[in-house]
Amino acid sequence: MVLGITSSILLWYGLVKWTPFVAFNRLPDPLTVFLEWISTDPDYGVSIFTKDYYLHILYSTYRAIVAFLLALILGVPLGVMMGWKANFNAYAGALLDFLRPIPPLAWVPIAILVLPGDEPAVIFVTFLVAFFATTLNTLLGVRSIDPDFFRAAECLGAGPSDILRDIIVPGAMPTIFTGLQIAMGAAWFSLVAGEMIAAQYGLGFMILESYNLVQYPTIVIMMATLGMVGYASSAIIRHLGKRMVRWRQESTGLAQALNTQ
Amino acid sequence: MTKSGAISINAVQKIYDPENAAVHALENCTCEIPAGRFIAMVGPSGCGKSTLLNMIAGFDMPSKGTIQLDGKLLADPSTHTRPDSDRVVVFQNGALFPWKTVLENIAYGPIVQKKLTREHAENEALRLLRKAGNLERIANSFPGQISSGMQRRVEILRALINQPKVLLLDEPFRAMDTVSKSKMHQHLLDIHQRFQTTILLITHDLVEAILLADTVLVMTTRPGTIKLNIDVDLPRPRSNDMIVSEHFTKLQKQAIAAVHEEARKAFERGEKELA
Repeated sequence: MVLGITSSILLWYGLVKWTPFVAFNRLPDPLTVFLEWISTDPDYGVSIFTKDYYLHILYSTYRAIVAFLLALILGVPLGVMMGWKANFNAYAGALLDFLRPIPPLAWVPIAILVLPGDEPAVIFVTFLVAFFATTLNTLLGVRSIDPDFFRAAECLGAGPSDILRDIIVPGAMPTIFTGLQIAMGAAWFSLVAGEMIAAQYGLGFMILESYNLVQYPTIVIMMATLGMVGYASSAIIRHLGKRMVRWRQESTGLAQALNTQ
Repeated sequence: MTKSGAISINAVQKIYDPENAAVHALENCTCEIPAGRFIAMVGPSGCGKSTLLNMIAGFDMPSKGTIQLDGKLLADPSTHTRPDSDRVVVFQNGALFPWKTVLENIAYGPIVQKKLTREHAENEALRLLRKAGNLERIANSFPGQISSGMQRRVEILRALINQPKVLLLDEPFRAMDTVSKSKMHQHLLDIHQRFQTTILLITHDLVEAILLADTVLVMTTRPGTIKLNIDVDLPRPRSNDMIVSEHFTKLQKQAIAAVHEEARKAFERGEKELA
């Protein structure tokens, strides 16, 4: 990992400093970016010592989290219902199949028109992609449950609510968490685009703003920050997922080798 | 306590997909299974053994005919009772809930039926595990952590804790090696002795069928019906040595002849369908 990162930074440095292509010469080199990033008195106004830097991170993170939680609260139950009840799927599935191919950014104008202010609009488009990813993966998760588990539960006297709690939710959990990771990634993706179009704060806004103001190092700082925040958010979900499906961890590997007789 | 768990199957027919290419799974299938009997069903693949078992379990209903349990209607072409804990299925590929521990799996039935509190159910589950050969040590393992033979034993215990009238076993030992299989046979014989439950076992293994069952039902190829009813008059308790006895061999020959005839028919028809 260290080697990969080091060599790509060297490549970046080399491209900017030594290539004959003019296009690359406009880019800031890694050293300039780094020095700007940690400067107590940054040339372009944003570094780890400025309040603005954190304000942008905070805005973006706040939007991503709100959108993600909305997707979780609405997407998981919808996906469960679609996977569980064929009738429900016939209705909701058709609608979803129609809406899903519309790129999230196409919703921006409508969202701004309908929702009060820019903030809900940005959150809405962010929510939308996360919602589709969550719903579809939950649906997939429910469908992937071995039908014998449902039958076995029925044999043992389980009613619909028992089946929901004891079969569907735990059975779909691994796939739901995969979906949530995808949802989080997709959320950041469309959040940045949304912020570029309709926001006054946030990492995406700042990237475009820095471009307009010819503050190129700031663009790279914001991009790198996005990478780190995005990675951290995925890591948190992955970690939570591992804890939630502990049975899966324990059912593989060494534990199995030791316990079989 | 009067013995319960008598199943009567009356002229059952099952056709899948009646509109299109109708598949005749069962035709005029009739038999009486007395309470407490150990029945083995053998026959070529696709002869409707599982279909019959599914109808008894309550997953499906017949196109014609009726199925009764202790004189009470289980299924006819217009209704089928829901699956219930009085006839529990042990599945071909195993259906222990992988996200629940062995103990939670076994205790599941009484808890969801609200027959026992969680604490009582888990105590009962532990007692069953202990009686099944000191298996308490795996109580807190997840199913994925134990061997497939163990999984089957646990799955059978999960059924038994409900004191079912009928135990429906759908080829549960198919993917097992000979040693585990013979251990499982002893285990199952022991269970049948102790609980006096009606057991319906689907299998492809004729030795297994004869060693375990009171009656071996040989089914015909599709549309499945009962071709031959072999009464296994070997004494109980049964043991593995019986396999080499003369009488066993005689029963086995009888079963082999019947099954092979059907298997050949199925094979020939298969060729015709392909041509």
